[in-house]
Amino acid sequence: MTLTPQPTAAAPTAAAEPAAAAPTTAAAKIFNHPRNAWYVAAWDHEVTGKQPLARTVAGVPLALWRNAEGRAVALADACWHRLAPLSKGKILGNELQCPYHGLRYNATGRCTAMPAQETINPSAIVPSYPVVERYRYVWVWVGDPDLADPMTLPDMHQMDDPSWAGDGETIHADCNYQLVLDNLMDLTHEEFVHSSSIGQDELSEAEFDVTHEGDTVTVTRWMREIDAPPFWLKNMRDKFPGFEGKVDRWQIITFQAPGTICIDVGVAKAGTGAPEGDRSQGVNGFVMNTITPETDRSCHYFWAFMRNYCLDSQTITTQLRQAVHGVFGEDEDMLRAQQSAIDANPEHEFYSLNIDAGGMWVRRILERMLAAEGRPSAVPAAGRDA
Amino acid sequence: MVVQAQSRRQQARVVEAGDVADGIRRIVLELEHPEHAAPGTHLDIELSTRDGRITRSYSVVRSDSGGRLLTLSVRLSPTSRGGSKAMHALAVGDELTVTGPLQNFPLAVGAGRYVLVAGGIGVTALVAMATALRRRGADYELVLVGRSRRYMAYVDELRGEHGDRVRLHVDDEGTPLSVPDLVRDVAAGPSDTELYMCGPIGLMDAIRASWSEHALPESNLRFETFGSSGRFDAEEFRVRLPQFEREVAVAPDASILDALDAAGIDTLSDCRKGECGLCLAKVVEVDGTIDHRDVFLSETQKQRCASLCLCVSRAVAADGDHATVTLQLP
Repeated sequence: MTLTPQPTAAAPTAAAEPAAAAPTTAAAKIFNHPRNAWYVAAWDHEVTGKQPLARTVAGVPLALWRNAEGRAVALADACWHRLAPLSKGKILGNELQCPYHGLRYNATGRCTAMPAQETINPSAIVPSYPVVERYRYVWVWVGDPDLADPMTLPDMHQMDDPSWAGDGETIHADCNYQLVLDNLMDLTHEEFVHSSSIGQDELSEAEFDVTHEGDTVTVTRWMREIDAPPFWLKNMRDKFPGFEGKVDRWQIITFQAPGTICIDVGVAKAGTGAPEGDRSQGVNGFVMNTITPETDRSCHYFWAFMRNYCLDSQTITTQLRQAVHGVFGEDEDMLRAQQSAIDANPEHEFYSLNIDAGGMWVRRILERMLAAEGRPSAVPAAGRDA
Repeated sequence: MVVQAQSRRQQARVVEAGDVADGIRRIVLELEHPEHAAPGTHLDIELSTRDGRITRSYSVVRSDSGGRLLTLSVRLSPTSRGGSKAMHALAVGDELTVTGPLQNFPLAVGAGRYVLVAGGIGVTALVAMATALRRRGADYELVLVGRSRRYMAYVDELRGEHGDRVRLHVDDEGTPLSVPDLVRDVAAGPSDTELYMCGPIGLMDAIRASWSEHALPESNLRFETFGSSGRFDAEEFRVRLPQFEREVAVAPDASILDALDAAGIDTLSDCRKGECGLCLAKVVEVDGTIDHRDVFLSETQKQRCASLCLCVSRAVAADGDHATVTLQLP
């Protein structure tokens, strides 16, 4: 096994030098989430000019809607007046109308109409959060708006690059978001959780490399001269009809803070040079995952499977989506069960294995971001009934 | 959104002071209790002058090191009652009593386009806003207006930072601002454009007038008002309440609400600044003139004068005597 930890790059934080996050030994079980970050709130098609969408992002309830100009807007989901949820209101052109007393708000959250009076109270405003639409998603920043730099969005270009095709779904996962990040940063679990589709014994036998730089972590694993598991054999035969024989298989997992994990996956005919960079005799996909904390114990897990072959086939897009849907359904069950066990055993700690290096570097980066916000990494332990 | 009204008083030390344009001084303060100053915030500073201690408000141009270092810029006013003169006399090492950053000119999130109009020293309130908009990737334009480039601070820095998004209008260079053109462009753009302005009252009045002519949404025109004042100076007046067979006097530094509270008369109120209308009372008769001072009633309603806001409205006498207002309370 080769572990290649590199010298920690200096944290590029603009904030006023808080004491560096003290490296922790025990991993926090309920992990806090940074607020000064972009999170996906919804797929672009979910945010419409017809009806507002209620969604909680990083603990903040939002009313998401599209104004007459076609721009996505994220307002706090509580009217200034008596806090009725604006997500149950009506979209009227460039304004959102409260369902209770009809106060109206524009995209900046300023009130533009009040009932039974000729003027508008100038103090009436609800928070509007910075929004960026990119990679087919609506991203929202619920922290300090003056730090909301769209340049810091993670790179998910495969989502809207014409040389890639595919789509995906959203899982509402009943667990702390960090458990999903752990799950994706170590794919050894495929052997045990996904044995009928992508799991195989070689996963836990193959060596892996872990590197980290700035706010990214990469875990690389190559398995050479192996039989392709069912999922990958099918994909090889889509591109190379009748394919038989051994393959070289790769998984290159890249984390981008705070919740995006893109996994470069694929197989190529064994010995044709894929590990050296020639993937022409193989099939390549990207599992695009971006996780948005909802509450301390739930998250929105947006995923898509993108491929760079047979781009014009909706059959393959649908088959891949359904296959990954099945695989991730197995993860969803495991994550829910894990969160229940964590809550049922409050006196027990997490211990780490060597395979957790990727997930533990992710925690280190998140701890640094939380420290810059002056917040602890662990959510205070809740009672047994939480 | 919370608009901060109060902040703790503290000591600040002058760490830099220098000229940035003719008659304009840039002053950097180091604060005892740092707190990030969001765009649009100002500090209240206590100054000693010939007339005693006065408080003046200055916009925060920059907030560095999490608010430990705050940059202000002050123009020496020829008609200064002492505030700007005292600020210009500051030297490195001097100590001052200041508030933390106070916000009543917040920059909204989510407008389709932003137009920032700075007249002269008004630029100080808009520098940090422009930076925040650039960082957010917003669509914005910064319009700098001045009599002469000699009196305009930060022009080169702003052009360096914002490039083509800066529009410069200088009277003595033959490029004065045409307010009607400016507002016409806004009206032709996205319907959710916000205009933020800070500058001489003449410029702001012209923009306001043009804004109404185009029937643009009032809430999209943003400017800072350092405390609203009435049409008349405050003076003592009387309030008559036939339903309680009472008459109370309202002192110049008290509100009707204060006077009624002191007299033990039960009232309702919330904002206490003339915005919400909860304390509205019916006007039965007026001997004198009502100075409404609220923003709850429309101009038409104020002229009709059937009601007033107990929290801010006052009365002034037509002649030398005290005015009297007869009210009907709920």
